[in-house]
Amino acid sequence: MTTLTAKNKTAVLLCGIAFLNLSLFAIAGEMKSDDSTSSKQNRIEIKDFAFNPQTVTVKSGGKVTWINRDEEPHTIVSVEKQFKKSTALDTDQEFTITAGAPGTYSYFCSVHPKMTGTIVVEK
Amino acid sequence: MSDYISHDHEHDGIDRRGFLHCMAWAGTGLLWTISGGVLASRTLAQIAKAGDSLPSATDLSFLQISDSHIGFSKDANKDVTETFKIALDRINAMPTPPAFLIHTGDITQLSKPEEFDTFDQVLKSCKTKDVFYVPGEHDVLNDGGKLYRDRYLKSVEAKGSGWYSFNKNEVHFIGLVNVLDLQAGGLGQLGDEQLEWLEADVKDLGTSTPIVVFAHIPLWAVYPQWGWGTSDSERALGYLKRFGSVTVLNGHIHQVLQKVEGNVTFHSAMSTAFPQPAPGTAPSPGPMKVPAEKLRSMLGLTSVQYKQGKSALAVVDSNLS
Repeated sequence: MTTLTAKNKTAVLLCGIAFLNLSLFAIAGEMKSDDSTSSKQNRIEIKDFAFNPQTVTVKSGGKVTWINRDEEPHTIVSVEKQFKKSTALDTDQEFTITAGAPGTYSYFCSVHPKMTGTIVVEK
Repeated sequence: MSDYISHDHEHDGIDRRGFLHCMAWAGTGLLWTISGGVLASRTLAQIAKAGDSLPSATDLSFLQISDSHIGFSKDANKDVTETFKIALDRINAMPTPPAFLIHTGDITQLSKPEEFDTFDQVLKSCKTKDVFYVPGEHDVLNDGGKLYRDRYLKSVEAKGSGWYSFNKNEVHFIGLVNVLDLQAGGLGQLGDEQLEWLEADVKDLGTSTPIVVFAHIPLWAVYPQWGWGTSDSERALGYLKRFGSVTVLNGHIHQVLQKVEGNVTFHSAMSTAFPQPAPGTAPSPGPMKVPAEKLRSMLGLTSVQYKQGKSALAVVDSNLS
């Protein structure tokens, strides 16, 4: 039987806080970052300093994954700060978000701001 | 000779007949001088042949290095630390050591602490100890430049996100930051706060004061389609128009390009890591792979010399081959 020691009490508390945070994101209808692998249809390839495809339409709750095929680092940053930005993605690194509330989300690469793209979230 | 140089035939009123044929591709080593408002260049080889010599009795000489990209290990150069070391060896071998170095950004590839550590470690071999920095976008990737500022601005009185100025001999140097808070769809950016600081910084200087501005992204529209320009650079240059000699140094584009506009000379330096394509000649501005034996001829550094009493600064590019 597991007893609630001081150490795992902290762990439980942290889990609780993490859960609460995720819930808040969901309630706010925002998109949240997600490390799990997504289905292949919503993949955006970053190549030659461009997001391809530039516009992706996804159902609310669906996942979108970017993969960087350039030798340059790139980032994914919401123009209106509607979802958490990625860290700089090195070659072949991925970044996944789960689509939140329906709407149009513009994003860009903060390292190379000429690179822009759009996620359309449908019901 | 090549057509890599982008230059302006308008807006400057300078007679630059004979200028175009002087434009030469990086790798040969060029001496740039301005005399009577006319820019001329000769390769180092031409100078040697003519029995001419580089400027002597120089009051101030400094060196620009750029885009070391420590941490990069792709095909374009699998050992950027080694080529950075070679660049430092060249500096150490100069008969007249430079007074200081200017690093125009992209110290690292991914802003990682261990990449900065490697850079700092290798730099210790350089006999010239004073180094002035501005950040490249690769140095501020995940923390808005905090790590960069903590390490590289100790010897200057930096303001805002890391801009500053200082004087050496009679020359006023200005280090600008144009890689932070970039806007979607835009170019490099200085921002209102920095521009207001710049206006105040130069306000009381006499027009005969030579000005050297250095920043990572070019302060002229080299090729906006690739983001090679700074959206509000015109405003910055407006504050500098009244000065008789303004030299603007940048990195970012990993190749030598030069343009003269009025009294302002723009000059971009080679990288010590890897070359990038000439504007518009490739699908994107990413690292350019060249044959191994050619790589070092496309990497290099830039020497700048100022002679007291002469407004012109001589800018010489040298490659690492």
